[in-house]
Amino acid sequence: MTGTATLLIQRGAAGEAPREERFDVPFAPGQSVLDGLRWIRAHADASLAIRYACINANACKECMLLVDGRTVYACTTRLEAREMRLRPLANKPLVRDLVTLIAPPDERL
Amino acid sequence: MTAPDLSADVVVIGAGGAGMYAAIEAVRCGARQVLLLDRSLIGRGGATVMAQMTVAAATPDRHGDNAEHHLRDTLAAGRGLCDPRLAALLCEAGVECILEMDAWKVGWARDGTALRKVQAPGHDRPRCVYVDVLNTGPAVSKALRAQVQRVPEIRRIGDLLVTDILVEDGEAAGVVGLDIPRGCAVTIAAPAVIIATGGLTRLYARNSASANMGGDGYGLALRAGAELQDMEFVQFFPIGHLAPRLIGMDPIMWDPFRYKLGGRLLNARGEDFLARHDSAEQSGRYTTTRDVATQSILEEVAAGRGSPSGGAWLSFRHVPEAKLREAFGPVIDRLAANGIDLTRQDVEVTPIAHYHMGGIRATPRMETAVPGLFAAGEAVGGANGANRLSGNAITEALAFGREAGRSAAARAASVPSRTALGSAAAARDLVEAQGRPGGNPAAAVEALQQVMTRDVGPMRASSGLARAEAELAAMAAALDEAPPGVPAPHDMARIDWFDLRQCLPVAQAVVQAALARTESRGAHQRTDHAETDPTWQVNQVQRLAGGALALAKVAA
Ligand SMILES: Cc1cc2nc3c(=O)[nH]c(=O)nc-3n(C[C@H](O)[C@H](O)[C@H](O)COP(=O)(O)OP(=O)(O)OC[C@H]3O[C@@H](n4cnc5c(N)ncnc54)[C@H](O)[C@@H]3O)c2cc1C
Ligand code: FES
Repeated sequence: MTGTATLLIQRGAAGEAPREERFDVPFAPGQSVLDGLRWIRAHADASLAIRYACINANACKECMLLVDGRTVYACTTRLEAREMRLRPLANKPLVRDLVTLIAPPDERL
Repeated sequence: MTAPDLSADVVVIGAGGAGMYAAIEAVRCGARQVLLLDRSLIGRGGATVMAQMTVAAATPDRHGDNAEHHLRDTLAAGRGLCDPRLAALLCEAGVECILEMDAWKVGWARDGTALRKVQAPGHDRPRCVYVDVLNTGPAVSKALRAQVQRVPEIRRIGDLLVTDILVEDGEAAGVVGLDIPRGCAVTIAAPAVIIATGGLTRLYARNSASANMGGDGYGLALRAGAELQDMEFVQFFPIGHLAPRLIGMDPIMWDPFRYKLGGRLLNARGEDFLARHDSAEQSGRYTTTRDVATQSILEEVAAGRGSPSGGAWLSFRHVPEAKLREAFGPVIDRLAANGIDLTRQDVEVTPIAHYHMGGIRATPRMETAVPGLFAAGEAVGGANGANRLSGNAITEALAFGREAGRSAAARAASVPSRTALGSAAAARDLVEAQGRPGGNPAAAVEALQQVMTRDVGPMRASSGLARAEAELAAMAAALDEAPPGVPAPHDMARIDWFDLRQCLPVAQAVVQAALARTESRGAHQRTDHAETDPTWQVNQVQRLAGGALALAKVAA
């Protein structure tokens, strides 16, 4: 089974009016939302801002975002062959696109 | 001249096990101000937090262990190429660090009051401590983070990508980095700089570690004038997960399974082939070292006996369900969520890039060739020679971190921090430069990974290595002189450009050293030079000379 996952992604930096962009991502079962986002960066739009380190392991805790309104880790959420709406965390200051300022205040400049 | 944005006695680049231990020790040894920097979150961005298995340390125990026994095993695994002074530091100081971690409540598993120890492959007795269940790395990271937070002299700064080390009058003088959320340059002055950036597994398409492991420290060291050694020795983890696709599972997850329950490696014909490659291995036991296991799997694949996705089958079907559940209950549930039932189904595994034996050449005091520049942890080459024993890497991170912290504090006590930096302007300008917009540096990183995976894996030959050399040279020539676009908050394309700038010379160093070593030894297997050649019991050392990599042999 293969198909297409459609990611509707909120774009824009802090202070800009957010806009939604649509990306069609080739889909194979078992992939994660993060796989889809990384595919977009390598094949469609390298400027998409996301953050992640461990990719798979649920260890770095950097990839948190909202998928269809739910707070999840992008690396442990399954990509699905449907429209999925991706937003940055609502309770953290926005940096850009799907990236928010998640470092504790005493651990950043 | 540039006035620094920040100054410190000691700057530590990388907040993994090595960097955090270094920061703590530097303050204990008199440093008044330490900056602990990381491109990600403090204590979360590297390999340390991902470790699952065990940590080797010859703490006094009923098995009669001592550092000499550990050293003997480490040197044997290193196939004649270890720097014995560094290996001894790992084995001796490692014991003290493991006991100190215990005092810091890391939570090593115990039998009564004694530390519980297991015997990992290549160790002559049970020597490896761990934290249950599969929690070693997170526990080590958490314990160190808690200690770091208690030291007011340590300032922690995440989201800061260090892009250059400043060298003035031939000595380390500080660093320049990219403040990722703002997109601007930061200049830091310090008479002592410690590189604790971990390894280079990201150079390969399939790897076990985080996206931050692009070999930054090796690139930083080369550009600063320091030397690298043993760069041809990349350790592959033999049974990385290959198929079916799993989410929420670490790709090296199968090791503890195989370890505790004796999983069997099978080829396409269902043959348990390890015994054929390693006479010491008995079916289902787990004694084969990583280099031999990796080679065995790849030879099966090359002979047309691989699994459908190009690896080997790993089977637990002989293990009763109750036993599986008892050992790995929660993991069995996560596997079920991925549609996998180990009592009925095998999985496919393949060697994946896991750890780097090579790295920055350092003395047992963790000094590099550049005064004031130190290295620690996986960033250092030499302790593990041509092959690392499992469990030695965390010990190395802690022991070398502690040593680097001491040396850096001693240096800072005698050399003041500079108030103006003559060398910072160029590095700052690069961070804030305007480059050609567009291009796709994320795709370029993937292309580099493909080249390394295809031609510079555990089995190499001169034809493939020469092809990789040419392709990497072309990629280096094609890299723009400035990051794409203009400085902007969290600009991934610009970050990718800086990563490529570090990755490319580091990948080239691996290829150059692998091409030059016309023999097979440990993690470096040349299909066109299959024998180990005693005249090659030498280390290869590399540095930048006039912009090109220069390679020399030195007696091991
Ligand atoms: C999945 C996995 C499992 C493992 N299991 C074990 C095990 O069971 N036992 C064992 O002994 N070893 C194990 N290892 C190896 C071991 O974890 C590592 O060798 C060790 O943790 C390295 O520690 P470190 O402090 O040197 O580097 P790391 O922990 O990797 O930390 C390096 C830090 O530097 C930061 N950094 C990198 N570049 C820059 C830059 N340019 N600017 C700022 N910051 C930067 C990174 O973000 C990272 O946080 C495992 C490794 C992996 C990947
Ligand atoms: S990428 Fe590390 S937790 Fe998701």
